[in-house]
Amino acid sequence: MADGSLGLWTVPLAVLGGAIRVSTPFLFVSLGECITERSGRINLGLEGTLVMGAMSAYGISYLSGSPWLGVLAAGITGAMLGALHAGICSLPRVNDIAVGIALMLFGTGLAFYLGKPLIEPTAARLPAIDFGWWSDVPQVRAALRINVLFLIGIALAPILYWAFKTTRWGLLIRTAGESSDAARAMGYSVLAIRLRATMVGGFLSGIGGSFLSLFYPGSWNEGLSSGQGITAVALVIFARWDPMLCLWASLAFGGAAALGPALQSVGVTSGYHLFNAAPYILTLAIMIITCSPKRTLTGAPAELSITR
Amino acid sequence: MIIGETPLPEGPLGVDAVAVTMKFGDFLALDNVELKVRPGSFHALLGENGAGKSTLVKCIMGYYHATEGDILVGGREQAIANPKDAHALGLGMVYQHFTLVPAMTVAENLVLARDNVPAVVNWAREKQELEAFLARMPFKVPLNARVSDISAGERQKCEILKQLYLKRRFLILDEPTSVLTPGEADEVLGMLRDMVVNGGLTILMITHKFREVMAFADEVTILRRGKLAGNGKVADLTPDSMARMMIGAEELTVQPPRVGQLGEARLELSKLCAIDDAGAVAVHDVSLTVRGGEIVGIAGVSGNGQRQLVEVLAGQREAESGEVRVRGDLYSASREEMRRHKMSLLPEEPLKNACVGGMSVADNIAFREFDRTPFATRGWWLNRSAFRKDAEHKIGLYKIKTRSPDTPISALSGGNVQRAVLARELGGEVEVLIAANPCFGLDFAAVAQIHAEIMAARNRGAAVLLVSEDLDELLELSDRLVVMFHGQFVHEARASEADLTEIGRHMAGH
Repeated sequence: MADGSLGLWTVPLAVLGGAIRVSTPFLFVSLGECITERSGRINLGLEGTLVMGAMSAYGISYLSGSPWLGVLAAGITGAMLGALHAGICSLPRVNDIAVGIALMLFGTGLAFYLGKPLIEPTAARLPAIDFGWWSDVPQVRAALRINVLFLIGIALAPILYWAFKTTRWGLLIRTAGESSDAARAMGYSVLAIRLRATMVGGFLSGIGGSFLSLFYPGSWNEGLSSGQGITAVALVIFARWDPMLCLWASLAFGGAAALGPALQSVGVTSGYHLFNAAPYILTLAIMIITCSPKRTLTGAPAELSITR
Repeated sequence: MIIGETPLPEGPLGVDAVAVTMKFGDFLALDNVELKVRPGSFHALLGENGAGKSTLVKCIMGYYHATEGDILVGGREQAIANPKDAHALGLGMVYQHFTLVPAMTVAENLVLARDNVPAVVNWAREKQELEAFLARMPFKVPLNARVSDISAGERQKCEILKQLYLKRRFLILDEPTSVLTPGEADEVLGMLRDMVVNGGLTILMITHKFREVMAFADEVTILRRGKLAGNGKVADLTPDSMARMMIGAEELTVQPPRVGQLGEARLELSKLCAIDDAGAVAVHDVSLTVRGGEIVGIAGVSGNGQRQLVEVLAGQREAESGEVRVRGDLYSASREEMRRHKMSLLPEEPLKNACVGGMSVADNIAFREFDRTPFATRGWWLNRSAFRKDAEHKIGLYKIKTRSPDTPISALSGGNVQRAVLARELGGEVEVLIAANPCFGLDFAAVAQIHAEIMAARNRGAAVLLVSEDLDELLELSDRLVVMFHGQFVHEARASEADLTEIGRHMAGH
């Protein structure tokens, strides 16, 4: 099999590789949104944050030559956009969903505007670790070239799970999300907790964006994000606001997104666009299977504007 | 607190409010009110809704800052800027609306309430310390259960334990027994009373139940419309004298006597099942017949399926199985069926369940009939002046206090919202009436009027299903009493022969 012809085995392998590569932005955005939503607010602007993160990461990496500086810049940009969302939502009678949509358009628009000069140049990209060294098969090696950000994301999920249970910040975020009355009665500022939670959420989403421009696909252009940010927000709902389930959901979506290209590579060309739509079909299917008109979502933070 | 100041005395704290006046804009919520709670006493604060009880204790707790007057803690004037300052002085409050986080465990809630939550919580050690604390306390709660899974009574105990865990020396309880069975209420208040008697704690309890004042309080302060209406030792007062101070000279609607014959079966539920929002069974195999000219009361602690049962009858929730019949016809709560059978509904939280808050009082009163003559021509052209005329008539008849028929109904007080709903639901002929906690949170005048209207509807031959968490109300109005527990009817009695202890036992599931 040294000639690299794996036949149909290419498909699961590509799906696995895809699950690892494509899932990273999903993972970061959904973990970030998980933190924000657990504090009782929905930030739909993360699509804009993702694209802004991708643009700023690419720009800083190009200017400084250090991709890691780019990742940091993306995170800071994201945190700033998060602060903007939380700041506007702190005002009385402001709806977080509407602000989120506005910031989604604002973020993408601003990124395209500022990113115009970045389409041509090539920036330094993030390195990958070769976990496939043991294999002679090039497809296996390609699938197992794993970026450090993915590993950080995988580690982050259980850390968040633990943090929600056992740290003061975790408990406070949950309190703000489950009962703002209780938080206020204990003398905590719900707005301040949500500001921080939204900023951390933006920080992680920005980093998710940096992965797009600095690793996979690995360049800056206007079609970089095909709605990953907004899909990741929906992922949090499937994942029932549980960081560990966010991890599995992100992997499943990454795998589904890789299905189309993988089938094409083995020669299945009919229905290519249909297979490309796999993540969205998966979204709908999960939605339909898990929804019920008679019961509310379990695990939903009680203060979210959609569940209240 | 100022550094260098001598510390507050040990043991239970006394709190005085001296000449407290509180204005919200033009509205005078408190007018020169005095309150003197001696250290180590059990003090009751009595008053109707809107009398200013909550405002007064919120001034003490630092939520509001009194426009004039002072708060003395331990005999010393204190500037309490916010609840944190009050907590630092050793003042604590148990709110009427629970402040526990439902999705968290009891242990998480207790630890979270502390001022110094460690950055990383060592749960093994915290649980050990909590167990040790609980061992010293008069009542027990399951530490690892989620608050949403425990009963209302346990939640109330949890709230009180939380304050004791935080080492409060002056405890304010806001209507602490409103969600408890009579037995549970006596248990909780009795234990608190013991703690007061043994020293270490002062209690100020807001309530409107004379029975609890007589049985547990040492002293009482009574407010009426923001003014001090009276105070003194409980031993020197009677429920009657306290009621007179609470209500003043106001005339209450007189309830008509119970008259009339029992009619034919109007409302029949058979093997009705329904699930709640979380998908758990809330109403389980419930069967009941209500006949014309009778009031059947459903007693139970809130959260035992009463809400879901009423929602099914109101058409707000689908039944899982079983059937509802009205005068023998299958009933699915459609608008047409409600009209045909002359069904009326007084749901709980009327502003949320029976009104559109942003629409006018006149529109809300017209909901049942707005698309029929004389309110509409051919079912679609609305005749606004007919709405207005009808509303003006009913506003006068039902004593609804509103600036005009065009005022949005959400601007009305709770009592007047319920009066408007009453005008709509009972203004015409009624054959079946379903009422759920119709008097919750209302003042004496509104309660008397609503009780009189319900009794009058019964006397005219309506079949009345009355769901209430207030046992006194049920015993006063019902002909027959059914106790609901965990979604099932567990006990039935004639109201005239009902034994309070037995009903309380069934409410608690024993």
